[in-house]
Parts: sequence; C-alpha cells; structure tokens
Amino acid sequence: MTRPDHVGPGLGFTFDGRRIHHRPGQTVGAALVEHDILAWRTTRHDGRPRGLFCGIGVCFDCLVTVDGIPNQRACVVLADEVEEITTQSGSGHDRLALRDPADD
Amino acid sequence: MAADASPFEVLCNILLSIAPMARGRGVITRSEKGERMGRVVVIGAGIVGAACTWYAAHAGWEVVLVDRGRPGAGTTSRGEGNLLVSDKGDGPELDLMRLSRRLWLELGDHLGRDRLELDEKGGLVVATSDAGLAGLRTFAAGQRAAGVDAIDVATAGDLRRLEPLLSDRLPGGVLYPEDLQVQPVLAADALVAGARQRGASTRFGVEVEGAVTSGGRLTGVRLVGGEVLGADAVVNAAGTWGGEVGVRLGAPIPVLPRRGFILVTEPVGPLVRHKVYTAEYVDNVASNDAALQTSTVVESTRGGTILIGASRERVGYDAGMSPKVVARLAAGAVEIFPFLRRVDLLRVYRGFRPYCPDHLPVIGPDPRVPGVIHACGHEGAGIGLAAATGYLVARYLDGGPMPDEVPVSAFVPDRFAEVSV
Amino acid sequence: MIDAGTVTADPVNETVTPVDVAIVGAGPAGLAAAVTCARAGLRVCLIDRGTSLGGQYWRQPAASPDFLQSLVAREAPVSGPGRGPVHPRDLRHLHHDLATFDALRERVGEALHAGLVDLRLRTQVWTAVVTDAAVVTDAPGGTDAPGPAADGAAVVDLHVLGPAGVAGVVRARRLVIATGAHDIGLPFPGWDLPGVMTIGGIQALLKSSDVVPGRRVALGGTGPFLLPVATGLAARGVEVVGVFEANAPTGWWPHLSTVVRNPDRLREGLAYAATLARRRVPFRPRTMIVEAHGHDRVEAVSVCRLDRAGRPGLESVVRHDVDAVGIGWGFSPILDLAVTLRCATRLGDNGFAVVAVDSEQRSSVPMVLVAGEPTGVGGAALALAEGELAGHVVVADLTDPVGTTARSRRTGQRLRTVRRDVVRLRSFATAMHAAHPIPPGWAAAVRRETTVCRCEEVDAATVLEAVAAGADTARQVKQLTRAGMGWCQGRTCEPACALLAAGAAQQTTREKAPLAGPVGASALAGDTERLVAQPVSLGALADLLPRSSSQPSHDQ
Repeated sequence: MTRPDHVGPGLGFTFDGRRIHHRPGQTVGAALVEHDILAWRTTRHDGRPRGLFCGIGVCFDCLVTVDGIPNQRACVVLADEVEEITTQSGSGHDRLALRDPADD
Repeated sequence: MAADASPFEVLCNILLSIAPMARGRGVITRSEKGERMGRVVVIGAGIVGAACTWYAAHAGWEVVLVDRGRPGAGTTSRGEGNLLVSDKGDGPELDLMRLSRRLWLELGDHLGRDRLELDEKGGLVVATSDAGLAGLRTFAAGQRAAGVDAIDVATAGDLRRLEPLLSDRLPGGVLYPEDLQVQPVLAADALVAGARQRGASTRFGVEVEGAVTSGGRLTGVRLVGGEVLGADAVVNAAGTWGGEVGVRLGAPIPVLPRRGFILVTEPVGPLVRHKVYTAEYVDNVASNDAALQTSTVVESTRGGTILIGASRERVGYDAGMSPKVVARLAAGAVEIFPFLRRVDLLRVYRGFRPYCPDHLPVIGPDPRVPGVIHACGHEGAGIGLAAATGYLVARYLDGGPMPDEVPVSAFVPDRFAEVSV
Repeated sequence: MIDAGTVTADPVNETVTPVDVAIVGAGPAGLAAAVTCARAGLRVCLIDRGTSLGGQYWRQPAASPDFLQSLVAREAPVSGPGRGPVHPRDLRHLHHDLATFDALRERVGEALHAGLVDLRLRTQVWTAVVTDAAVVTDAPGGTDAPGPAADGAAVVDLHVLGPAGVAGVVRARRLVIATGAHDIGLPFPGWDLPGVMTIGGIQALLKSSDVVPGRRVALGGTGPFLLPVATGLAARGVEVVGVFEANAPTGWWPHLSTVVRNPDRLREGLAYAATLARRRVPFRPRTMIVEAHGHDRVEAVSVCRLDRAGRPGLESVVRHDVDAVGIGWGFSPILDLAVTLRCATRLGDNGFAVVAVDSEQRSSVPMVLVAGEPTGVGGAALALAEGELAGHVVVADLTDPVGTTARSRRTGQRLRTVRRDVVRLRSFATAMHAAHPIPPGWAAAVRRETTVCRCEEVDAATVLEAVAAGADTARQVKQLTRAGMGWCQGRTCEPACALLAAGAAQQTTREKAPLAGPVGASALAGDTERLVAQPVSLGALADLLPRSSSQPSHDQ
C-alpha cells in the first residue's frame, strides 16, 4: 500500500461521517482524542463506551471499524492510511448475525 | 441417604444399589447395603475423574480425588466439549455414548444446564463433494438402523436454512439433533463441587508414585514424598497419562497421546448454530494413521468465540506449535464458512487425546492388581463418555449390576492380552 | 530438548529468509543487540510491530514513506507549520538520553546501507517454532554467514506478517527476544471509563502523535515512570492535578548504596523531581486513586491516603475534577514470543513471571536469547546493556565459538564491562521494585461490580467467587470465569487475577503476607501457554497454504 504523500490542511478521515483533520504520522486514536472524542465502540455485554486504554496495541480496548473492517486497534492504525472510521458495537461482527442467505 | 436428596440423587442411589449385588465381581465386599463401605482414590481430576468421583460419592463411597496439577487442567481444558453420537457408527462406543448422553442430560438438570453450559445444539455433518455425501448417507443409514436420530439434509439451500453462513457450495449433509455440548472445565468443576457435598475430598498438586499392596491386593497409594493414602480401590482416571499411572500401579495399559490443535477466534457471537463438521472427521477419528490428519469442525461457544478443529497426529508429547496444522485448520474452516476469512484467531490450544490401539476407552477392574479400576483412554470422546464412565466405575465399585444396554466387556482392560505386567 | 515433531513436511506458502540472527523488538535492547551483531558482519533481521525504531522508550512519530532513506541520510522529513507532520525534533524534550538513540539509529542506518540489516517494521511475529537441523541443511540458499558450518543445531522459524499482510518466515540461527513491557493496570471502580488510560498510553500519545489526553489529568500508581509522564504533560501545558504515588521516596533508604552506585539514575530522578517542583505539580506519596467518576467519560477521581499496611483509607477521600487519568503499577514484560517458544520462566522482582536467563542472556531454549524487560523489568539503561551483551554472545557463538581471535579478546574486555553494567543496573532494578511494590491493600478499592476483565466484562464478584471456590492461579480463574479469554488474552487483567487468586491462597494457607514486599503472585509463573503470539486473521492463515492443498480433495 502506498501512503498519500501530502501534508497540511485537508488531510483527514471521516468518523461516522464527520471530517477529522489530523497531522501526518498520528494514529487514528490520537487524532480522535485530539478532537475530544474519547470513545468509539461499545462493549458486547453491557454496551459500555470504550476508547484508548493501553495506547500501545496490547489491550484491544480501542477497537474500531476501519474502512469497513471491524476490530482494528485505533492506537496502532495510522490516520494517514484510512478514509473512513466508524464506531462499532458488540463484537464488530454483529451484522453477520442478521444476514439472510438469500443475499448471496 | 440424605433426607433432602433431590429426586435425581434418589434415582442415582436406587440405580446404584438396587437388585442382586453381584458381590463376587465387586472390587471390595460391602459390609452392609447403603452403608459407607470404603475408600476410593480417584487419580486424575479431569472430566472423567470428576465424573467417577461424583458417581462414587453418590453411591456412598468415601472418595479422595487426587491430581498432580489443577482440576480440569489437562486434556479436559483443551477440547470443544462435544457429546457426540454423530461420529460413532453402530458398536459398543455408540452404546456407551447413548447411555452417557442420557446421564449428561440428567446431570445437567441436576447441576444446572447453564452452569455446565450444556447446549442441545445438535450436530450438522456436511459433505464437501457428491462422493462424500454418498458416503455420509450410507454411514447415517447404518446409524439410523442402530436407533440414532439422523436426518438427511438434501440440498445446499436446506443446509443454509440450518446454518445461514455456510458456504453455498456444499451439496448436502446430515443433521444429528442428539449431539450436545458442555463447557468441560465448568462441567468438571460442577461435578467435583457436587461430589464434595457428598463427602468427597480433593488433593491437588500431589502425584501418585505407586500402589501399596498387601497379599496381592491394593490397600492404598503412595504419593511422591512418601505419604500413603489408604484405599480399598483406586481409579486410574489419568487420561493421557493413564498409561504411566497404570505402570506405577503395576497395571499397565496401552494409552498413548494423539496430538490435536484447536483454534479459538475472537468473540463474534452465536453465528454458528450447530456443531458443524465435514464428513472426513469420522474417518479420521477411526484412523490408525500416525501422520497428520485434519478435518474441519466449527462451532460457536457461549463465550461468543468460534472453535475450529480438528487435527490428529501421533507425535508423542510434542508440545510445540505447528503453523502448518493451524493453517490447514483455518483453510478448512474458511472453506465451509467463508465469513471466517475476516475473523481473527486469538489463541490455539494444543491437547493430547489419550488413545488406545482399538480406539475404545479402558473401563473396568484390572485383573492383575485387584482394587485397580481403569477409566481412561477415551481419545477425543472423553467429555462425552465421562458420565457413562463414572457411572460404570461406580457399578464396578459396588459389584454390579452392569447396565444391559452397554457391552461393558468391550472396554475391560483384559482385552490387551499382549500387555505384560 | 527440542521436539522434532513440528517440522513441516508439506510446503507452506511462505517465503523463507535465512539470517544469522533475528531480533524482535527495536527498542533499546533490540537496537543494541542489532548494532552489535551488524558491526561484526552478521546478517541481522530486526523486526518491530511499530512504525519506527525506538520502541516505547524512544517512541517516535510514525515513519514517513521515505523513512528508510531518512534513516540513512538522517534527513528530517519536511515539516509544515503548526499542523504539519508530527516531528521528532519538537518532541525531543520528552525523551531521555536521545544521544544514545541517535547513535544507535545511525548505526542501524549504516548497516541497512551495507545490506547487513533486514529491517521489518510494522511486522508481527504471530508464532515461532524451533525447527531441527535436517531442515536447515535443506533450506533453500542455506546460510553463507561466517562461522562454523551447520553445527547440528536447530534454527528458529519466526512466522511473520508484514505491513500488507504479507506472510513470511524469518529463519534464524539465533533469536534475540527484546519485546519490552507494558504497564500493569489494576482494576478500580471506573477504570474502564473513556479517559482513563495507562501512563504508558499517555506517553505514547505524546511521543508519537504530539497529543495530550486532556486538560486536567490525575496520575496514579507507583514507580519512577510516573515522573516523566507528569513532566511531559506539564510541559505541554496540561494541569496535572497530582501524581498519586502509592509508595514513599523513603522506601529507597534501605537501598541507598545501590542508588549511589547508579548516579545516572539518581540524577535522572532528581531532574524529574525538580521539573515537577518548578511546574508546581503536586507529588503525593502514599496515596492512591480509588475511583474514577463519570458516566460516559471520566469527570473526576477520588484519591485517598494509604496506611502503613498499604490499605487505602476509603473513609476520607478527596475528589479532583479531571478529564483524563493515567494509571501505572509498574510494568509487565511482554513474554508472548518467549512463552510460545517455551522458554523457562521464573519469578521476577515484582512477583510476576519473567524469562529465566543465564549470565549471557541465554534462555532455556538453545539459540534463544532474551534482553531487556522480558528478563525482568529494569528500564532502558539495563535493556541497552543486556541487548549489547546478547549481541556479543551471538557474535561469539556464530563467528568464533572457541574465542581465540584478536577480536574475541577485544570483545572479551567489552563483555566484562557490559556484564558489570548489567549486574549493577539489575541491582538498581531490584531496589526499585522493593521501593515501589503494589500495596498489599490495593484491592480494597475494588467493588463487587468493578470490571476486572475489560474484554469479557467479568466483574470482581465473579472472579472472587471462583477464587473462593478454590481457583488459586490466573489460569484457573480464567477457565472458570472467562476473565482473560477475550481480545487481549489476559495481557491486561492477568496481573489482577493472579494477585486476587494468590491473595486468597495466602489467606487459606495462613501464610504471613509480606508487610511491604512485593505481593506474591507466584502462582502466575510458568502457568501461561501461548501458541499464537499475536492475533492473525483466519484468511491470512488459510492463504499460507499453497492453492492446491488449501482445496481439500474430497474424492478420495
């Protein structure tokens, strides 16, 4: 994958549709925290909000859906490399449970 | 009998004490019906040892359960928890399994199904080719003749009505509504806790060094360190290590390890409804090939993870990782459930199934050392067969009678004539 | 003894790269090992999960696309004003001893240039296997490195997944595990609220992304690491409402002679203390954050004093309004890879498992050396020394096992010096753990409904019930409650589960709990088993098989 080589304003991703500007080199988690967004998923059982905890890729608390792929660690994924971040609930795979075999 | 015993306990006690005491066959002679008549040391706190402890304690024996490690820490903690009739053709193991299934359902009612995570999920065996489907149908027809509930699933569409996320490229399969699942460690824990309430005691972190005998008859076991536990009978429920324990007791039996890996995914919820496996599994279970065999077994757990098996290799106690086996299991699972491609593997268990050359467990008194009863060698079916094994062991302790529906002679250690003491 | 049963008979679709030494982790220990090996002409593969060299200690902003060139040329990436790329130059004040890092980085750059280092960033080792000699001789390409021909020894196969999910095998004659450590977080009410982080996480935000977690921050736990995090935040204008340290500096008194023998460490500590004083950051010894308040994010913390027995005085708490909290109870070494390879472990200074190594950093598994925090948490200076030592040992093993050349005599002198450093710094680490134990009464703040396992959402009541029923190890607790079975595989909650289980075991055996020593969690050691070091998608695994064999033949 090649990284966009641009610098400066306009750089960013969307977070549930909202445009988030960030600086090159920042992680998704850092960019969100800088915008005062502290949580981006809810837990499987109690639906509690979660965001960064260990911040270094160990605890998997900061899971988020990145360009459609669930359960990516926001503290590891680089903001430069993503377009669309979406909050996720539960296991991140919940939509599969709703799938109708007629769909394919 | 306790005044507040539940109907199930009453039933068990009746089952275990009624009718003619075939005292000659008993491990020890009971002094008087219904009395606490002796002490039993059960070696091995896996699922089988837990079941033996439970049934023996409920039959009135003073049971001491010993393990060199922690309860449920061996092969018990490394299996899916399957109680399968679907993988067994007509024969003694199927008979034993059907007894065990009834007992497990009773245990579930008694101990709490949620506590055991007992799930009547049913098994779905899928074929991955037309030829495989034909073979599967023949196998299922034989099972039906033996009384197993086996329902043909004719088309891919029918399969996906049962399992919406299955690949649409599978020609058909067979549904086995009788297959169950438990969480093995929780089940072992519940059985031990229940036995404790009936006076059983436990000693963990101790290792049995050998038998103590008097006049050729067992009078106890000696622990490493020298301590002697007096006993009228000892049950070898050491699972994969049952061969070694047999040697130490002077009653060797040919139990060997057959390595298996199980993959555990991230939690995804109950996306797979049945235990789903491919028809090759049945052949592999019964195979005597030492080389690696894999077949695809996929199922959800209450915890939300998906378990993927099953591999079989004879590599001794090699505890290492095998990326090749893990890749093969992943590829098999992805082939029948394409959604799994994007699901992460979090952990791999590796366990050692205790197998005997004829793939049947060893259950029964050892003629060479009176007082020793074996209850091991269940290979990959130990969780499923544990209840019936515990029940049979309690019967042997009592001196009978043995249940009519199980050909118990198929399991006795006497069958290994070539094994010398 | 290494089992031969795991040798792969049929091919797996992974490119095998033979090297002399693989080093996992590019922090202080890994860099020191890599530079030492490369200088001796060994072919090195340096692997790190992160985007840059430096590890967590010298954590750098994400490397720019031309990172490798910039590494060689030491040219700074183009920086725009204000909102431009996060630039290392602006973050130098957060670091300690950057000159050492710069020198190491320069050496790695030279070695890259010379083709001696195969640098694999953003690369995860998902599993590792010791493979026997038969495969080595058959290995395509073999190894043409200096030194003895196949000495009958096995090799270590590291199964890696690179940036684009590209799989490969790095086949090494020696492996140096330098995987570092992460913070220990112990549960307390509200610790799962957004805004509560580990102090290492806060430091990572600062160092890699130039972001602060909030405007008013409380820091709590124990250990020297609280200080640089506090000064780093204060330098960015964050109001640090307090550094709530569970122990008192007087805990160092018994170890004064050790401190004096480590003047650099003493100077470092005093410098942080001076900065805190200058920035008017309150340092509160013998206190503890016992609750984080808030609904969907943290809004306040409750803090109380600890009594002499290390119990929080919950009846008199002080509340501070904050918008972020950092906690850290010391560090837990990252043992995944070592455990996967079944390196023997022992109890470290803080009662948790570490890899057992001899005086040459060798683990119980031949060919596997371990350096830095996985051998016992001791900080960057010790990690550097251990990494260099491991490097020298690898060089001697592979180039001059009998130790007769002139170089080996020079190396011998250096080795003696480095060994002395390791011993001296290790004694400092031991003193540090003795001065900063987890207080015996830490769990008094935990309520029945407090989440212990964040992944599986297992509460304290459930864990304590399992402990009451006889579970006396973290593994037992896990199997009965699911605590530790989730996404992080117990990396976060295992210390807490082990402490809760061991606490009960101590009570039942009526052993006298140590008054102020480390809380015994001996039940944790050697009880872990981890065949997969990092999560990996089933699709990526399935793709490891060549096309033909991934389509099982059904018609046999």
